[in-house]
Amino acid sequence: MRHDDESGPIAGELTPEIGAATDVASVGLKTKPGHELTAAEDSDPVDWSRVTQMPEFRSMVSAKLRFIIPAVVFFVVYYFALPVLVGYAPGLMSKKIFGVINIAYLFALSQFFMAWIIAALYLRAASKFDQMEQTVIEKAKAELGSQRGTK
Amino acid sequence: MTMALAMFLFFVSITLVITYWAARRTSGASAFFAANRQIKGWQNGFAVAGDYMSAASFLGIAGIIAFQGYDGFMYSVGWLVAYLTVLLIVAEPLRNAGKYTMADVLAYRLSARPVRAMASLSTITVSVFYMIAQMVGAGALVALLLKNSGISYHTAVIGVGVLMIVYVVFGGMLATTWVQIIKAILLMGGTILLSILVLAHFGFSFAGFFNAIGRVTYHDKGVEVVKDFLQPGLRFKPPYGALDLISLGMALIFGTAGLPHILVRFYTVPDAKTARISVVWAMGLIGTFYILTTFLGFGAATIVGRDKIATSGGTNMSAPLLAQSLGGDFFFAFIAAIAFATILAVVAGLTISASTSFAHDFYTNVIHRGTERKQGEEVRVARVTAFIVGAVAIAIAILLGPNANVAFLVALAFAVAASANLPVIVLSLFWKRFTTRGAVCGLGTGLVASILLIVMGPSIMGVDAPGATAATHLIQSPPIFPLENPGIVSIPLGFIGAVLGTWLGSEPAAEAKYDELLVRASTGIGAEKASGH
Repeated sequence: MRHDDESGPIAGELTPEIGAATDVASVGLKTKPGHELTAAEDSDPVDWSRVTQMPEFRSMVSAKLRFIIPAVVFFVVYYFALPVLVGYAPGLMSKKIFGVINIAYLFALSQFFMAWIIAALYLRAASKFDQMEQTVIEKAKAELGSQRGTK
Repeated sequence: MTMALAMFLFFVSITLVITYWAARRTSGASAFFAANRQIKGWQNGFAVAGDYMSAASFLGIAGIIAFQGYDGFMYSVGWLVAYLTVLLIVAEPLRNAGKYTMADVLAYRLSARPVRAMASLSTITVSVFYMIAQMVGAGALVALLLKNSGISYHTAVIGVGVLMIVYVVFGGMLATTWVQIIKAILLMGGTILLSILVLAHFGFSFAGFFNAIGRVTYHDKGVEVVKDFLQPGLRFKPPYGALDLISLGMALIFGTAGLPHILVRFYTVPDAKTARISVVWAMGLIGTFYILTTFLGFGAATIVGRDKIATSGGTNMSAPLLAQSLGGDFFFAFIAAIAFATILAVVAGLTISASTSFAHDFYTNVIHRGTERKQGEEVRVARVTAFIVGAVAIAIAILLGPNANVAFLVALAFAVAASANLPVIVLSLFWKRFTTRGAVCGLGTGLVASILLIVMGPSIMGVDAPGATAATHLIQSPPIFPLENPGIVSIPLGFIGAVLGTWLGSEPAAEAKYDELLVRASTGIGAEKASGH
């Protein structure tokens, strides 16, 4: 396999832009964009596992998961508590709080604010992830660029 | 009544101007399938909201709340919370690693042809079922709203079908996006206005409004009934009501993130960050809308009353009748026109997602192994597909007729999306060992289980009450599966199918590419970029 083509997959950009009229224009060594190749067809010259082993990459992925996993668990539990309680504890849920307004209605209403608050918290956390992502991308390009030179 | 027609024609002419404008800007695949990936965050947020809030939301939920109170409002909750799955798990990796369809992400490291063929089948199934439900709804609605203007069910169905074909075939994703944005603005505007009028009716007193909800009066078989409409349990009754509600919740929470017409929207923005921002915009709009269903539904229950709605068109007319009694004929016409706009925007989104999947996944990648034989072939095939899908949907909707019970088709679409699509999307992103066989088994199990359980459930099987005028059940025998919503069984089955299929053997090539997918999906390195103009 030749790696000295100037428009090769890791000259500058890791993957050159694919935006030609047909969208299946040839990209460096390949005839198709990366995600349209099967695993077997694609013998990628870039060693991606070196990126996944970078400490910056690992800390970015674990930071994302540290936010996403608890958030998903929380909202799934909070959401399903509504139909479960309404279905199996209708007495409790029918208890009136202000005038005719009962726990069932307030709990349902609170779901909207729960969703919005999680979305807002995620937006804030994600801006941190974006910064970590930038560091990873810069470092990955430098690393993979030098890797290409040594191969 | 002709005022509604005039307003509808006004809306249609605006959308046709947009389609003309979009058609002149649409050349090449990236333009047709993904609007050149140049849609802004807030625009895509409105478009997602416009794509998602169907007639089932606007007319259906308002109607259920007007007739069965609190239980209808529980529907509203799930439709918003579902977007947390989209935001936290699906939107960004999908945008980073894919191109036009959900299958792009699956085919990234799995064997492209079997995976794309199955994903395309499931995408087209979801889109077509959902579309038929919308078309039947549209026809019935037009026939009701415009019953004095000589427009029949057939004319209405054909009109909606032809319009959606025109938007998609000529204007592609750009025209579809703008039709959805305008519809979302109209729908939000109409809903906010209607809510303010409801509050004004009670002298802007929340206490007065809620007190009225606490004693809604109507007649049941000639006997006057007074009920507290904030009490749960008017719709979901034992023994299976609670279980059905949980099952519906599962289909919504896990299905929304697998709906093809929502997923394709994230390819229209420049990058993953914009995709994220657009989901948050959509959540703001969708949440506001569903909170306001409190005013639409309970407003109809207290101001119009169940008795009057039942004699002038049934549950689906609750919101338009509320508009009529608060704002007169002009406002009625306005709300009716919004209801049409709602249906048009949703069917256009469904048409483009079905034809994108057929052209990109099936035609180009499965039949022709990923190469276009002639320049522009993929877009041409998508246009032809859009035409065929539209024609088939028109034909089926006419065959079924205005009285067909099609509500289950929406439940089916969500169940398939949740049981077939979501498990394989999640597993291919997060499970290194996941294989092609696992994806095909997962998609197949989820699809078959959803369809079988719906067919065996009370939507299709059941014994009509003696003296019923029209058959409401296709199979006249007691249902084998007790729930209307199969999610609680079919979603675990979809996951089990995917996991068992994976355990049948390993796929070193797919495992080897996991690192690349992980890097690309989580950083956006090499993601499809916005293109020129």
